[in-house]
Order: sequence, then C-alpha cells, then structure tokens
Amino acid sequence: MIGNAPFFVVGILFLAALVAIFMEKNLIKIAIAISIISSAVNLFLVALGYRTGATIPIHYLAGEGTVMVLPTPQAMTLTAIVIALATTALLLSIIMLVYRHYGTLNVDEIRRLRG
Amino acid sequence: MRSLSVVVRTACDIFAWFLVIFGANIIIHGDVTPGGGFQGGAVVATFLSFLLVAYGGKKLLSWVNVGIFNGLVILGLLAFILLGFWGFPNTFLYNFLALSYEIVHATGHGVIPPSGTIALMDIAVGLQVAGALSLIVFYMFKGIRLFREVRFEEELGHDR
Amino acid sequence: MNWNEHLPALLLAVPLFGAFIAPVVCLFGKTTRNILMTGITFITLIIALLLWKNVLAGGPAIYVMGGESFNIALPSGMALPIRIILEADAFSAFMVLCGAIAAFAGALFSTNYMEKFSGMGRFTSLYFLLTVGMLGMMVTGDLFNFFIFIEIASIASFGLIAFWRDKPEAIEASLKYALVSQVGSMVFLIAAGCLYGKYNALNMAAVGSLLQFGTMEKLVLVFFVGSLAMKCGAFPMHMWLPDAYAEAPSGVTCLLVAVSQASLYGLMRVCFSLYGINLGGSFIPWMIIAMGLASMFFGVSMAVVQHEIKRLIGYHSVSQVGYMLLGLGVGLLVLKDARSMAEYGFTAMKGGIFHIFNYTMYKALLFLAAGAIYYATGKRDLNQLGGLARRMPFTTFMFVIAAAAISGLPPFNGFVSKLLIYESVFAVHPALTVVALVTSVLTLASFVKVFQTAFLGPEKNALVSTREVPAGMLLGMGVLTVAVLGASLFPAWTLSNLVEPAAKALVDQAGYIGAVMGGGL
Repeated sequence: MIGNAPFFVVGILFLAALVAIFMEKNLIKIAIAISIISSAVNLFLVALGYRTGATIPIHYLAGEGTVMVLPTPQAMTLTAIVIALATTALLLSIIMLVYRHYGTLNVDEIRRLRG
Repeated sequence: MRSLSVVVRTACDIFAWFLVIFGANIIIHGDVTPGGGFQGGAVVATFLSFLLVAYGGKKLLSWVNVGIFNGLVILGLLAFILLGFWGFPNTFLYNFLALSYEIVHATGHGVIPPSGTIALMDIAVGLQVAGALSLIVFYMFKGIRLFREVRFEEELGHDR
Repeated sequence: MNWNEHLPALLLAVPLFGAFIAPVVCLFGKTTRNILMTGITFITLIIALLLWKNVLAGGPAIYVMGGESFNIALPSGMALPIRIILEADAFSAFMVLCGAIAAFAGALFSTNYMEKFSGMGRFTSLYFLLTVGMLGMMVTGDLFNFFIFIEIASIASFGLIAFWRDKPEAIEASLKYALVSQVGSMVFLIAAGCLYGKYNALNMAAVGSLLQFGTMEKLVLVFFVGSLAMKCGAFPMHMWLPDAYAEAPSGVTCLLVAVSQASLYGLMRVCFSLYGINLGGSFIPWMIIAMGLASMFFGVSMAVVQHEIKRLIGYHSVSQVGYMLLGLGVGLLVLKDARSMAEYGFTAMKGGIFHIFNYTMYKALLFLAAGAIYYATGKRDLNQLGGLARRMPFTTFMFVIAAAAISGLPPFNGFVSKLLIYESVFAVHPALTVVALVTSVLTLASFVKVFQTAFLGPEKNALVSTREVPAGMLLGMGVLTVAVLGASLFPAWTLSNLVEPAAKALVDQAGYIGAVMGGGL
C-alpha cells in the first residue's frame, strides 16, 4: 500500500486542480491550476517507471545483474514538461493582453462573446 | 522595475556569465548526464532574467539587442533541421555519426561510445531554447509597460 | 534514393523546414514570403497525392524515424517495436489529402487577406507549425507521438486565433480555447500513460495486439473519447468552437477545420484499430451516437438565431461533426457482427468517411467566402449587408456551391454522403434518421437566410464601393470549389477509389497491426 503513495498524490493533485479550474474566478489562479495538473501528470509518468530496488538506467559501468528503472517514462516526462512550459508562456501572454483590453481578470466579466 | 542594491548588482557582475558557462556545460554533456538541450537552454536563459532583476528595466532596455536572440533561435532551428535532412539515404533524423558497440570496444575509444548526432542536436536545441526563453522573458517584461501608456505600438491590422 | 519510401517522413519534414526558415525568408519582403507559403504548401499537397497513390497500390506504408532502414520495425528479433514509427494506411492517406488541400487553399487566401498585418514572419511560421501538427496527427503510429502533435497544433492555434491582437474578442476566444484544450490534452496524456504502464509499449500497433479488455481499459477508452471529442467540437464540449472559428483570420480558420478533423481521425483510430474487436459491449458506440445526435441538434438550433456570418457557420460546424460521429458510431456498433456489417454498417462508415472529405472542403470554402465578404465590405453582421451579388460575382458563385453542398441538395456531394448516412442509420433505429433529416432541413433554412440577406436584395448605401476580392483569395477559394465540384460530378469514382479503401483499412485491425509487428527482420 505504501508503494502506491505517489499515485494517490497524483489523484489528489489532479482532482484538486480540476475543481479549482471550474470554481476559481481569477484568471491567474486558473493558470496556476493548469500548471498543477501538468505537474500531477508528469509525476504519474515518472512514478510508472519505478522498479523496487533499481538503479539509474545507465548501461556503462553498471554492476552485474542489477535491475534498472525504466528510462522511457523519463523521456516522456521531459517532453511533457517542455510542452507545458510553452503553453504556460503563451497562456500568460494571452492573460496579459486580456487585462490590457478588458481591465479586469475576473472570468465572469470577460464575456463579450455570448450567445 | 527599479534596480536593486549594490550587493545584488555586484553579485550579478560576478555570477552572470558563469550562468552561461554552466548552462553550456549542461547542454554539451547531454548524452551522459541528466541534462541536454532543453535543460541547459533554460539555464542559459536565466542570464537575461538575472540581469533584469538586478539592474532594472530601463538599463536592460538600453543594453539588449533583440537581434542576437533572434539569431540564436534561427541558428538553432536551421542546424536541427539540417541534421535531420543529412541522414536521408537511410531515414530522416538518422544518427549518421554513431559507431557501433563492437567498434568502440575493439579500438578502445573509451568506456562510453560517441553519441554522434545526438550531441550536435543537443547543442542546436540548446542554442534555440536559450534564445527563445530569453525572448519570452524580454517581451513579457516589455508588455508590462503596455499598461502605463494607452497605445504602446500602433497595430497595423484591421482595428476592431 | 527511392523517394517513394521516404514519403511519410517528407510529409512532415517539408512543412517543418518551411516553419524553421520562415523568420529568415520573411526579412526579404512580401513577395518572397508569399512564394514561400504557397510553394511549401503546394509541395506538401504533391507529397500527399503521391503518398495516397502509394498506399492504395502497396498497403500500409510504415516509416521508422531514425532507424537504419525505413521499414525495420523489429530489429534483430525484438518482441516490441522500438523508435517512433509512422504508419500511413488508406484512412490516414485520405485524411492527409483533405488536410493538405485545406492547407494549400488557406495559404493562397492568406497571401492577400493578411496584407495589413504586421508580424507576418511569425504568422507564416505558426501556420506551417499548425500544418505539421495536423499532418503529424494523421500519420503517426505511436500514442505519445500523437499527444506531441496534438500539442504542437494546439499551441500554434492559440497563437493564430489571437493573431488579430487589437480585437479583444479574438484574445478572449483564444483564452477560452486554451483553457479547455489544455485540460483535454492532460486527460489524453494520463490515458496514454495508463496504457504504457500496463503494456510497456507506446506504439499503437503493439498495444493493439496486446490489449485485453478490463476495467482499466474501459476507463482509458472513456478518457480518450472525452478528450478527442472535445477537440473536434462534439456536443458537451463545443463552447470554444464558434468563438475560435469566428475570431481567427479566415485563412487560419480554413486550416483549423482540417485540424479538428485530425482529432476525429484520432478518435476513430483509437476505437477501431487500438481497441477494435476488444471494444467490450456497446456502451461506447452508443455514447458516440448520442454525442453525434446532440451535436447535430444543438448546433443547428443555435445556428439559426445567429446574425454574424462566421459565428453562424461555426455553429453549423458543430452540427456537421454530429453527422460524422453518427455514421462512424453506427459502424462501430456493428463491428463484431459480420452480417449487419455487410448490410448497413459498412455503408454507414462509408457515409461518415465521405462526409469528412465533403465537410472539410465545403466548410473551408464557406469560411473563406465569409472572409472575402469581410475583406471587401468591412462588415460581418448580416443586418448590415445586402445586395453583394452584383459587386462580387465570383464570391457569390462559390458561396452558392458551398451552401448547396452543406444543405444536402442534389447533385452536390453533401447529398451523397448524407444519403448514405440516412439509409444505413435507419436500420439501427428510425429516430436517428429523423433527427438527421430535421437537422438538414434547418441547415438549408439557415443558409437560405444567409444567402438572401447577404447577396440578394437591394444594395445598402454603405456598400456601394465594394469590389471583387483580389486574385490570390479567389484562387484559394477556387481550389476548394474544384474539389467540391469534383466530388459532386464523379461520386462513384470518389466512393470507390477514395472512400472505400479508407473504410476497408479502418475496419481491418489485423492489417494495421501486421504492418508493424510482422515487418522487419
């Protein structure tokens, strides 16, 4: 049971951030919640690759008969982090422009497109 | 943004270029350490944000030439796509510089085989990410000044 | 070097090269930039046509990125494929063709439409990145690579939708799209990670051959369907679509239509080739059919009351996506039952797939025509337009063709695909056909209203000085009109050469898996 702790943390973070996206009114808080969702998914991917008592996945100078952690989820996580960075940068720039045009960061008041 | 105290500014003078060298170290050793193109590029980009925080916006605007960062971005992108096309008689993005395990152990090149195009692509990506992230920090800073003036730059598109 | 072998990689490499040299080339002036945009998209269209011919003749084409040779998927006796493998079967080649035609038309249109904007170097770069993302979604054979291309396309479209940065509505539309799209992508990534954790493989063919249906796979399928349906604009998650399509520049909207179809392609690939015979009951097909019905009905009922042209056409997009989901959902429902499949299931799939081609062509043409109206008159509101047929004859002609095609009037291609869907869906339950027919009637009513208000009728005083749009925009619309007329005048040829191989390839899960797993040494 204790070995599943990372997955419980992933679930809690994901659900908390998802609730925050729907309930929060400030745009910056919504952007932070999206960032937390990305972190939860990245933690999930890295935790998938772990094998008990294993060492780092480098082939040279490794000892005899060792079990290694899977390297593929580490590559997946790196790529996901890069993508999340690009999206966060673009999202924050768009929020800055929204503030310039509308003068407010409250989601309820940014509704010129309606119907 | 105002510049900070003389202690911070002196520390910035000493350490700023060291950040670039440290980032370059991370970029170049991408195939043998956890590191590589993106991670090293992000460290190099902290050079610009360190200068921004320590010296303040006005001084930074007088120093920064945006063309350098645009040039880094274009150089990195073109080098990457050129390395991709160079592998072409075999496949796209083929590692045409790698040596196989048997050759390396037979000739005693060392314990770790040369990584070939992976190192070159790391350097290309590192240059590109450094330039791009510095540009992001710089333009986001410039965007703050949008709020002080009503119209900062006239946009030539169809307005409204 | 045999070019035919390398076509799937060239399909992605050429627009990527265009995206990377665009900042340099655009420093040399407007004409060089226009030549770059139209040239690279034209080369991509040629590559798409050659790939389609290749796949029809030789079966699914695989390509191993960065391997020693392009087709060694399982080197020296390994059990699972290594490296990222692109796999283009007939359905992928069909979608690539739709996407490449839409990209070419949008690029031709944007050479004139975006004259007064600054920052066009970045626009060209983003446009090519959006093309790469769309084409990559359609040819990749790897789940995580599919996520990467979804994200490339999404990030490029955030930038492109907000390109008209002086208009607050465009920024708001981009913000709404960004928030919804990010949540969807993260849900997709969790689903792909779950499948990797259980089967230790990311390749779609490898996971398809190892899959056993259980509780976790059911949950993963719900996540996939939810996130991919959100990206195509199906009913519960369609709120971003009319805003985003209306506020983007029109050449970009033309491409965004094809990008949503790429997500629909992903949905079908997951349901047919990844799960296939392991689909486990009829819950998911009925959910897809229900989403299709709801999209059709709610899309068209919201569209009838709109008075802004592009927003109206955007709502019609939501309802047309419902048709495709309906046709393909019925095909999925009877996938395991060979007799029903031969009777009506295969026809439903053919109707759905043909509708994808028709929809991309006529919807892109409608958006380009609306963009042409805005360029010529400066207005988008139907209350302020009138009598444009005298001033803009070519645009009127092409708009009539597109409006007749979307309403399902014979002899246009919309009629053929809708008829195939009606007659096959009737065998499942008559109520489905009734909803589809009512939607078609309301679509016709809506477009008669638009055509009569904007083009016919007396001329308004403010519009006396409008002239026909420049040649680049007419050429862009002309490309799509040729495609629509081609599918309308030769429906039998199109059905047997374009649609039927695609439908057969989609149903054939064993062929898809065998192309990767059976290949190599």
